[in-house]
Amino acid sequence: MANEALEKALDALDKAVAAVQQAALNLPDTAEAAGALAHGATGGAIDPFVFRLAIFVLSIFVGYYVVWSVTPALHTPLMAVTNAISSVIVVGALLAVGISASGLATGFGFIALVLASVNIFGGFLVTQRMLAMYKKKDK
Amino acid sequence: MNANFAAFLYLVSGVLFIMALRGLSHPATSRKGNTYGMVGMGIAIVTTLLLAKPTFGGFLLIVLGLAIGGGAGAVIARRIAMTSMPQLVAAFHSLVGLAAVMVAAAAMYAPESFGIGTVGDIHAQALVEMSLGVAIGAITFTGSIIAFLKLDGRMSGKPILLTGRHFVNAGLAIALVVLVIMLVFTQSTTVFWLIVLLSLALGVLIIVPIGGADMPVVVSMLNSYSGWAAAGIGFTLGNLALIITGALVGSSGAILSYIMCKGMNRSFISVILGGFGGETATAAVDDGVQRTVKQGAADDAAFLMANASKVIIVPGYGMAVAQAQHALRELGDQLKAAGVDVKYAIHPVAGRMPGHMNVLLAEANVPYDEVFELEDINSEFAQADVAYVIGANDVTNPAARDDPSSPIYGMPILDVDKAKTCLFVKRSLGSGYAGIDNTLFYKDGTMMLLGDAKKVTEDIVKALHA
Repeated sequence: MANEALEKALDALDKAVAAVQQAALNLPDTAEAAGALAHGATGGAIDPFVFRLAIFVLSIFVGYYVVWSVTPALHTPLMAVTNAISSVIVVGALLAVGISASGLATGFGFIALVLASVNIFGGFLVTQRMLAMYKKKDK
Repeated sequence: MNANFAAFLYLVSGVLFIMALRGLSHPATSRKGNTYGMVGMGIAIVTTLLLAKPTFGGFLLIVLGLAIGGGAGAVIARRIAMTSMPQLVAAFHSLVGLAAVMVAAAAMYAPESFGIGTVGDIHAQALVEMSLGVAIGAITFTGSIIAFLKLDGRMSGKPILLTGRHFVNAGLAIALVVLVIMLVFTQSTTVFWLIVLLSLALGVLIIVPIGGADMPVVVSMLNSYSGWAAAGIGFTLGNLALIITGALVGSSGAILSYIMCKGMNRSFISVILGGFGGETATAAVDDGVQRTVKQGAADDAAFLMANASKVIIVPGYGMAVAQAQHALRELGDQLKAAGVDVKYAIHPVAGRMPGHMNVLLAEANVPYDEVFELEDINSEFAQADVAYVIGANDVTNPAARDDPSSPIYGMPILDVDKAKTCLFVKRSLGSGYAGIDNTLFYKDGTMMLLGDAKKVTEDIVKALHA
């Protein structure tokens, strides 16, 4: 029984190796064809939105696993630090203030800049202050 | 700066933010994590400045804005009391929400700066992303302000129930969708501001009916919202750092809300629908049985503790209100010096935000390896001589375990009633935030210590000295 199974497996392996060799021989052709296919299908480029969405979705999963690994004792610092990093929205404010020609947009951008900076400095510093308090038992 | 290189740097700062959260898996690595976060933020800001190449005037304005905001933030971070952390976090969430609205407004009036079209001809896709960001941002803004007012005690923690609020909210939500579609077709700033106004109103209406006891869920939920708002704006700007961060913060807040709901054995939907907490008990116990409560004094408590071999301390929101954490640590030190095994047990929803008690104990210099979560310590109560419950109530109510008719039945509790003696510090014999009578008070092994949590603890410390 065992021998039979082994032989079958070896046979399959042989076939796979042959297929790989075949593929390797044809590689230049195949690669070219695949590239052309992708190019044709997307009209030269995939909408950047799709890439952004992909990054967004993957980041949600990364966030999911990373946050579950956070110890419950540090949930308050977690909220403070997520709060601080979400003020990376400041990049929008900087663009508005830095490039905008319209007075109104610069004004809105400036308000956003001030609010986000309160959060950046406040959030990171208060997190630092909290984390500095967590001490191990001295033995 | 080359746009591709800038995108790469934004990716780096996104990764640094992930590492900042990763660091929080243990107190020992957490400080390094926070530094990663700061570096990531620095990279994002510098990259944007190099990319935007502001004029000299613009640069001055940016420095001014950073200085005003940063100065205010630094002062707040330094001065805030640890007991006020829930309010502070709520207030910070509102700032992120408003900043999202303001950035979207700037993009509406000067879309060229963001590369999303020209005034009156903004890409439809950018408009949809932007209006999502702005709606969630505005809801976060007013919702967090209400949460702040409730947590800070400037507004009653009682749920405010407007008649037909579910219909009003549903109507507003539908109106929002219609407005977003209108915005895409008309590109009108009036419609944009209508979206903002409606979302601001919705934020107030969503949070107002939620009672004080459910605040841990609300704070976590708003944390999540602020992330989704940032992600929405990130899509508009096509900024990787913002998209990654928004997703991280969004899922972080969602997980925390889930943990809090589970800690209360309530569904997220029932929390959002509101009305729980602060109402008079519907299941008031009135079975005609004469119930006696054993009261004790600080001396009795000190005697019991000094002769115990194992004491478990259970802190709750009342400890935060009374600022009793320092007195509590002193009590712990005294007992440890006398050879008593002292541990702290924390329920997931103790306090007004996730991890609230842990921060307060850390502030009072309680080592984190003496502080345990519910699952890790619950089995130890049976071997404990004394459970010292200070300012916690509903999370210790045996009815949640034994009485299927109780409104909190099924909620995980700390089994303090299994300890030989349960010392229960409480201001008066009233019910907790859930408005439910605590059957623990009438058990034989329970001794009530009525009074202010800090005062009672200090008295016990004094009695131990004597």
